[in-house]
Amino acid sequence: MSLDLKVLGNTAENHAPQGGCSAGSCGSTDDQLSHLPESVRQRVFNHPCYSEQAHHHFARMHVAVAPACNIQCNYCNRKYDCANESRPGVVSELLTPKQAVKKTMAVAANIPQMTVLGIAGPGDPLANPNRTFTTFRKLSEQAPDIKLCVSTNGLALPDYADELTKHNIDHVTITMNCIDPEIGAKIYPWIYWENKRIRGAEGARILIERQQRGLEMLVERDILVKVNSVMIPGVNDMHLAEVSRIVKQKGAFLHNVMPLIAEAEHGTYFGLMGQRGPTPPELQALQDECSGDMNMMRHCRQCRADAVGLLGEDRGAEFTMDKIEEMEIDYPAAMERRKKLHDAIHAELNANGNQHTNLTSDGGIPEGTRPILMAVASQGGGLVNQHFGHAKEFLIYEASPSGVRFISHRKTDLYCTGGDTCGDGDSILREIIQALEGCEVVLCSKIGYEPWELLEEAGIQPNGEHAMVKIEEAVWSVYSEMHKAGKLAEKKVRLQASA
Amino acid sequence: MALAIIDKCVNCHACQMVCPTGSIRKGKNDLHFMINQDTCTECEGSYDNPQCSSICPVECAIVDGDGEPMNPYGSLTGLPIEKAVLV
Ligand code: SF4
Ligand code: SF4
Repeated sequence: MSLDLKVLGNTAENHAPQGGCSAGSCGSTDDQLSHLPESVRQRVFNHPCYSEQAHHHFARMHVAVAPACNIQCNYCNRKYDCANESRPGVVSELLTPKQAVKKTMAVAANIPQMTVLGIAGPGDPLANPNRTFTTFRKLSEQAPDIKLCVSTNGLALPDYADELTKHNIDHVTITMNCIDPEIGAKIYPWIYWENKRIRGAEGARILIERQQRGLEMLVERDILVKVNSVMIPGVNDMHLAEVSRIVKQKGAFLHNVMPLIAEAEHGTYFGLMGQRGPTPPELQALQDECSGDMNMMRHCRQCRADAVGLLGEDRGAEFTMDKIEEMEIDYPAAMERRKKLHDAIHAELNANGNQHTNLTSDGGIPEGTRPILMAVASQGGGLVNQHFGHAKEFLIYEASPSGVRFISHRKTDLYCTGGDTCGDGDSILREIIQALEGCEVVLCSKIGYEPWELLEEAGIQPNGEHAMVKIEEAVWSVYSEMHKAGKLAEKKVRLQASA
Repeated sequence: MALAIIDKCVNCHACQMVCPTGSIRKGKNDLHFMINQDTCTECEGSYDNPQCSSICPVECAIVDGDGEPMNPYGSLTGLPIEKAVLV
């Protein structure tokens, strides 16, 4: 049976770049879709979670309806939301399915860009099947223009594979941190299985089997599956390339490696035991290894379960439960407005998709010139259009002689829990600089004097000269300038010295 | 013969979903979940182990008739006691 499964991710050698560009990247990461089978490509093209172009224009949200969990992860503290799906230390207001449906429809009516609704906790959605599927069933009926997605640890997944096909489910995310029970025992202290708490490698073995079975069952049922893994240095970092190979072989269309975030104040096992997370370069190296040939769509980010709105904005405060109870929603009318907007965005995306910016036409940069990383502050629309001080995350691009490619998102507020532990001014800046490790340039619309100085000191050149310019063009033009100024001949001088 | 939930509970609903006797309810004033002392059987006759304390993720949230924790500090996380109390 599993021999018939689609094997993804190994076909890029055969793929000749389309269009008039000499290089495969050409500044458009959507080219990365080209290795996928047509049926999958159709579904992820312009998908707000997977298409870099689209996620600037569309939004998604989560509702917290699923409080219970059936396993324990060493990076989780059950006082807070599932650490894998949110920032650490976040507590979402638990909603009943009825409230969740109303909230989703209220947001969809007011933010027509909202097209994907996820259930991701605070516990495991499939450990709360009634609450999760009641929410899905009602939304499939009342708001059929909203795509649904769900994240799970996989333990209960085989039991619900059939149920999942009944709703408007767009994709399922399984968090799989290992395929070896001995490694699993270092990540999962116990699971609750067949009315017993099962500890150590035995529990991990059952979990791993169920995850893999669940993955196979969803692929057989033609549901898109993404796999998330948390990179834990010294625990599973050497193992994740193997995980990546297996899950792609079994038909996952995307493997997304996320960094462990562990701080003592989060009260997690890893946090309290001083387990460190990966540095940005370590993470990127593993992401490169797992994607192999850049097939991983890197703009698929760790969703912020607590945020509502477009990339870089949070309108959650407008949609608290007391405000929502008051709202009258005429969903059929909203659906018409939504359709108009979606059609317009798709038309624009399709038009842009065909129009490759031929970055390398201006004389080009000699092969072998060293690539560099740049961080970009953007509020969306594919433009350099955010003030440095307002950026909660940066888009990381790599410029090389063959063009510009998107690498990842780096968040700067990961450690900020909003409490006393949150520093201000200097210490926040230092955290940002740490998050930007490895980058040599920051592009933003504006930047203050103080951060400018600190960035320069850290060997990162701030640049506010490309405000409102398309990101790829801005990155390329800075790269060209650096080339002309002879800066690319120099080896990069400082790295990691101040960490 | 009944277990009880104390204020370490984080209201995760897990125990309520697995209790065979329907003895677990959200407490008054939304404080924490509570076990009905009259109907809890400690799962005798249903399961080998009390279900609520087999799924509860929080150490010391569920106690036995003597007030002793079903899952003492360190027993679920594997943390040394001096760290387990910080969770
Ligand atoms: S011990 Fe068993 S019967 Fe009593 S509350 Fe817990 S799960 Fe219910
Ligand atoms: S399982 Fe434990 S933490 Fe969760 S509601 Fe029950 S007693 Fe509270």
